[in-house]
Amino acid sequence: MPKIVAFTIDGKKCQAAAGTLLVAAAVENGVYIPTLCNYPGIPPKGACRICTVRINGRLATACTTRVLPDMEVLAITPELEEFRASVVEILFAEGNHLCPSCEKSGSCELQALGYRYRMRAPRFPYAFPKRGVEAWHPKILKDHNRCILCKRCIRGIQNAQGKSLFAFGKRGDRLVINIDPETSRDASDDLVRLAVEMCPVGAILRKGQGFDVPIGRRKFDRMQIGSDISPQGGS
Amino acid sequence: MSRKIVIEPLTRVEGHGKVTIHLDDQGEVVQSRLHIVEFRGFERFVQGRPYWEAPVLVQRLCGICPVSHHLAAAKAMDVIVGAGTGDGLTPTAEKMRRLMHYGQIFQSHSLHFFHLASPDLLFGYDSPPETRNVIGVIMANRELATQAVLMRKYGQEIIAATAGKKIHGTGAVPGGINKNLSIAERDVLLKGPHPMNADAMVRYAQGALDFFKDYYSKHKEFIDNFSRFPSNHLSLVRPDGALDFYDGVLRAVDADGRKILHDVECQDYLAHIREEVRSWTYMKFPYLRHLGPEKGWYRVGPLARLNTADFVPSPLAQEEFEAFRKVTGGRPNDMCMHTHWARLIETLHAAEMIRDLLRDADLQGSDLVVRGKREAEGVGIIEAPRGTLFHHYRVSPDDQIVMANLIVSTTNNNEPMNRAVNNVARALMTKAKEITEGMMNAVEVAIRAYDPCLSCATHAYGSMALAVSLCDASGNVIAQRTR
Repeated sequence: MPKIVAFTIDGKKCQAAAGTLLVAAAVENGVYIPTLCNYPGIPPKGACRICTVRINGRLATACTTRVLPDMEVLAITPELEEFRASVVEILFAEGNHLCPSCEKSGSCELQALGYRYRMRAPRFPYAFPKRGVEAWHPKILKDHNRCILCKRCIRGIQNAQGKSLFAFGKRGDRLVINIDPETSRDASDDLVRLAVEMCPVGAILRKGQGFDVPIGRRKFDRMQIGSDISPQGGS
Repeated sequence: MSRKIVIEPLTRVEGHGKVTIHLDDQGEVVQSRLHIVEFRGFERFVQGRPYWEAPVLVQRLCGICPVSHHLAAAKAMDVIVGAGTGDGLTPTAEKMRRLMHYGQIFQSHSLHFFHLASPDLLFGYDSPPETRNVIGVIMANRELATQAVLMRKYGQEIIAATAGKKIHGTGAVPGGINKNLSIAERDVLLKGPHPMNADAMVRYAQGALDFFKDYYSKHKEFIDNFSRFPSNHLSLVRPDGALDFYDGVLRAVDADGRKILHDVECQDYLAHIREEVRSWTYMKFPYLRHLGPEKGWYRVGPLARLNTADFVPSPLAQEEFEAFRKVTGGRPNDMCMHTHWARLIETLHAAEMIRDLLRDADLQGSDLVVRGKREAEGVGIIEAPRGTLFHHYRVSPDDQIVMANLIVSTTNNNEPMNRAVNNVARALMTKAKEITEGMMNAVEVAIRAYDPCLSCATHAYGSMALAVSLCDASGNVIAQRTR
């Protein structure tokens, strides 16, 4: 049986099995720490930095840090919330996120965080990068305009041989995530559906399908992101 | 001394435009033009996007009748996914889309007649502009204004129930619809508390018609003769000749009522319709190909629809249609201000169709989408509130849109609106020494009858105001009035 450790988040006394990742331990104790690149069940990456918290006074990503006894975590403070709002806004400014015509609108985690942080007038200049759409695959369409390079798809979508269907291409500010022609050749419909579900934005689309979930039944139509996490613990 | 009068921007129409009127040394009107001064370019930037995105993307052309663009694009995409031209949809999908469209027609027509046009009728086109507006209508006729607001609201609620939200919804998808109408949604619309129910809306639409006919009986000379000129008329009609806003075949009649476009299939529109580009405006000039630009231009919209259709398939509106046709002895009606009358008959028809559809159990069906053989090209044509709307797309084997051609209702009315401006200018401004507010508004009244959506027509946005300039023969401004 795993050892239970005690720690605090924003002064609240919490308990979790030793070695639990802090974002998951927070959920178990009814605290929502916003995440974007993190996805339950796949290895954490710490790519987006949205989940940054202060642990015993030092900044660290909650998705890659495991709980230890007597940790003192500050998660929801004005300083950290402002930091998170900035990250969300910069992600919007860096890509071409045109929510009005995006089929992920209403189920998009980036958009949901934009609403959570009440993003209104732009604070940062929009880059409007010139990016394309990768449409050659028979089942998957990859829209580079919307990709935030969170790497969820690379980490989480693998074929029967354990090879990722997606891979990085190019370098630096031209870095993109492409569909791998070899590993994705026999992608099943279920795997494509999982890739679409796992993508936090509208960068991975299933070909020929779109807007099939009516407004009102989309993921965040009736609840703010994170509001499903109960103060009594769990989600 | 020759003069050039510039009216810019226009008011109480959707979008941004201006009018120029040239007078020669003797004060005669030698040229008048309606210019569309903005450009948006939807046809270009939809290229490269996946085809299933088009119905949601292109509806952003407009905030007044986005449903029309949404459905026209969806109809084109039905062809792309092999679901035919509308007949191939499931009954639930077809009827949900129709309900959405009737809601759209109902709210848009109500908006235009009451909010944009009625101030001219209630107060006269030369009355003080301070009161000649929707606030003036509210102050002068509270009951009428309240009904106007509620009619628009009801139409918007229909759209929300079918498309997910009132403006820029997502209901129609290639090959069908993404939701049905729940019993609870149906009951709210069909039997909601007075007056937000289908029966009350039919009565309100009848009341609006009575208001217009009463006005007509007292101002027959103005309504019959203001900016009147003969033209061809074009619209969709149901294959049996009935008025149909959602689907059908293309029919055009000339000023004498002879058919000059014989119920052709929508997919073949390009064989029959061409567009001419003129250097002074971003709005093109469509015409019937076999007649050429000089003789082939046509009107679209409520007046044209009631001129091309043989009958209206709902009893109360059919009765009104018969009275409307009686005025011209069954010949096409070319009286510009009768467009308002036609619009209100259509409003009544939409209300009746909404009431009938809400009682149809097919709306609660669960078979929503059909697919067939994938095609590379599709055309979707619909009767938008302002007239016939064409959407035409080509899609690559990789599912990306490679070509889009949109001929928007107001674009179809480009030549008639220019002629209307010319008519009024000649009648009122010839040898005029001073430009009065009434003259400026009279030009707008003529344009307004067509309920133009200039933002859609050039794919422009902005709000309308009005400015008039007097220029000498060299083009120098010698006097200017702005509001």
